[in-house]
Amino acid sequence: MIRGTTGLSNEIVENVFLYIAAISVSILVLITFLMIYFTIRYRRKRNPQPEDIRGNLWLEILWTVIPTLLVLSMFYYGWTGFRSLKKIPEGAFKVKVAARQWSWLFEYENGVKTEELMVPVGKPIHLLLTSQDVIHSFYIPAFRVKQDAVPGMVTPLWFKAKEVGTYDVLCAEYCGRQHAYMLTRVKVLSEEEFKQWYEGKGKELQIEKSRGLPRGPQLLQEKGCLVCHSLDGTPRIGPTLKDLSGNTVIVLTDGKERKVQADDAYLKKSLIEPNADIVKGFPPIMPSQEGLSTEEEINELVRHMKELK
Amino acid sequence: MAGFYEDERRLRGILGWIFSTDHKRIGLLYLFAILFFYAIGVLLGFLMRLELMAPGPTIMRPQTYNAIFTLHGVIMIFLFVIPGIPSIFGNFFLPIQIGARDVAFPRINLLSWWIYMTGAFLAILSLFTGGGPVDTGWTFYVPYSLRTSVNVPLAVFAVFILGFSSILTGINFVTTTHQLRAPGMTWFRLPLFVWAVYATAWIQVLVTPVIGITLLLTLMERLVGVGIFDPAKGGDPLLYQHLFWIYSHPAVYIMILPAMGVISEIIPVFARRTIFGYKAMAFSILAIAVVGSFVWGHHMFVSGQSDLASIIFSLLTFLVAVPSGVKVFNWVSTLYKGSIEVAPPLLFALTFIFLFSIGGLTGLFQGALATDVHLHDTYWVVGHFHYVIFGGTGFALFGALHYWFPKMFGRMYHKKIPYFAWALLFVGFNTLYFPMLILGWKGMPRRYYDYLPQFHSLQWISTIGSWILIAGLILLFANLIYSLFRGEKAEGNPWGGATLEWQIPSPPPRENFAEIPRIERGPYEFRK
Repeated sequence: MIRGTTGLSNEIVENVFLYIAAISVSILVLITFLMIYFTIRYRRKRNPQPEDIRGNLWLEILWTVIPTLLVLSMFYYGWTGFRSLKKIPEGAFKVKVAARQWSWLFEYENGVKTEELMVPVGKPIHLLLTSQDVIHSFYIPAFRVKQDAVPGMVTPLWFKAKEVGTYDVLCAEYCGRQHAYMLTRVKVLSEEEFKQWYEGKGKELQIEKSRGLPRGPQLLQEKGCLVCHSLDGTPRIGPTLKDLSGNTVIVLTDGKERKVQADDAYLKKSLIEPNADIVKGFPPIMPSQEGLSTEEEINELVRHMKELK
Repeated sequence: MAGFYEDERRLRGILGWIFSTDHKRIGLLYLFAILFFYAIGVLLGFLMRLELMAPGPTIMRPQTYNAIFTLHGVIMIFLFVIPGIPSIFGNFFLPIQIGARDVAFPRINLLSWWIYMTGAFLAILSLFTGGGPVDTGWTFYVPYSLRTSVNVPLAVFAVFILGFSSILTGINFVTTTHQLRAPGMTWFRLPLFVWAVYATAWIQVLVTPVIGITLLLTLMERLVGVGIFDPAKGGDPLLYQHLFWIYSHPAVYIMILPAMGVISEIIPVFARRTIFGYKAMAFSILAIAVVGSFVWGHHMFVSGQSDLASIIFSLLTFLVAVPSGVKVFNWVSTLYKGSIEVAPPLLFALTFIFLFSIGGLTGLFQGALATDVHLHDTYWVVGHFHYVIFGGTGFALFGALHYWFPKMFGRMYHKKIPYFAWALLFVGFNTLYFPMLILGWKGMPRRYYDYLPQFHSLQWISTIGSWILIAGLILLFANLIYSLFRGEKAEGNPWGGATLEWQIPSPPPRENFAEIPRIERGPYEFRK
């Protein structure tokens, strides 16, 4: 167990853990010892004459009242710890987090988007979580923090990393096929390094925007397409995007097999109504981009797919 | 065999069983059906452990794994543990222990079994129809269960049907306990097993309709998209979780209370003395049943529910620990100055106390808000749950089997073998589940097909544990099955029990009592 080194929330969670553990282990040892001791001490060979003891009021009051006080104290510590875990300091650095099957997308206040979370050390970070499809849960075991990402809701989570380093981020709420692979990392940088990275990325974004550069590859990444669709011809959860545009595909429409030309209209439709025509051999689980992507972005994706040879 | 086995009034052979309204026969019908599903559940668990033995794909693909953990949960919970002790031993012994000839509604009792079998059949059918085996987890959380391509509707419908079996059994046991007690069988002369099954029956009647409605709404949502749970249509996924846990948390008490009842029967008999604090034992059962119905929100501390709700649910959760603690202290005190014989049933009962205590105490970490944030949805929960339900209810069921076997079948099992089986089970169990607690604390999420390298060694140990455990199960059941046919004839009261079932022959005659007994003393009076 790494104690209280990596994040502020560690100490809070670990102190409560140790408090409950100390009491629990003592109770368990006491119960087990008495149980074994009585069983041996009063075994039939040694104690053929049992004694009926129907109860003992004082003893029973004692072992109702003491455990009640103990569990109330556990509740209290748990609650105060929870209060600090929930109370977001003012001026915390905000990052929007979008969860989707099966990747994470982080969006910073300057518009930069990343797949790994970059944060400065020693600063409170305030995450605003939401989900684009099913329920996910954002979990950084090293910091002992977790919060569900729910579609239609924005849920908050905050943490403060005490040391520079890279830590695992896991999805903790079961979300389907690739649940176990919905992993990313949080990279904790020194304040200086972070500032450099953050501002540099911000500038790059501005330049890209002003030039109106092709954004296809970036969109594929940002929209989470590449989790299920490969670019090299290997089928994954979904069909590969390589050589897709312009080719014929066998699809199931309302359960009936038919051949279609993968033209612009088809590709557009499969982004907006992905389950209308299911490519044969793949599960009908792709989420619709409706409301998630703009018209322009969809056009750009369709255009870019022609280049994926 | 004699007794109720020879009852061939109208129907012969198998028909005489599957259309019998005799509570003992129905109890045995449940016994065999439930143990059959238990065997399947164990097999699925074994396969999961095998997959997790090493990181990366081992013996199956992710989708198969997801279907298997879902099935393991659905079968173990809805087909094994929830009906488990009440339907088998409650059916068989509740009427006898209160001095009745049968339950209040024998035909409804038979109907319950048929509904149970229908639900089980539909659950199995769902594997091979529609989009194939369900992959949602036994919790069927929305929106995932609305989006996944597999056969959710039929599986959900199967669980919906199973609920009726539970409700009808509940109504039957409540009515039986109120109406059919023998003269002189006052409430405080009831064996504690009857108290436990009675309290459980109330929970079954009161909360099962909630899961029924929840599942029906899920079906409607899935089939016609009404928009109760879908946020895109103004619905709320958290509403589903509330409704689901309003049933499914009390369902945990449906699983554990009857087990506590069994332990309260076994300990006095093998300590040859009256139970310590009878009334405290009876009231604590009721307290657990009542308070346990208001703690469901502790499954939702990180779900996005309001902080105030979480705080209230945490407080109530801690309060429910107190009556459970009282029960443990009273059981241990019942050993004090007893005259103890560690026969197989007592061995399982004592193991229950140890494992259930670990299960209960690990639950405290999840009830506390700050620690639950870290432990929620990790292997800690999986470990905790198995300590309570397998270490608790499972070992109580083994205890009950060994305690009542001679009464149910009129034969005695080989008495040495259960000790060896116990040793394997005990070692295997802890090797299997204790590493899960550590894995959870280290941050391994549950329902993972694959894992990061730092979790490998503990996962490996856990898999080895599953083999030892299964070896123990095979030995335990092989002994019982062999004894079913070849065991020595058992006497009416091989353990020297004081409750009514031990005052009649083994196996019991057709209507239990030639003459309804008159009760003049409590259930654990061993000296007349």
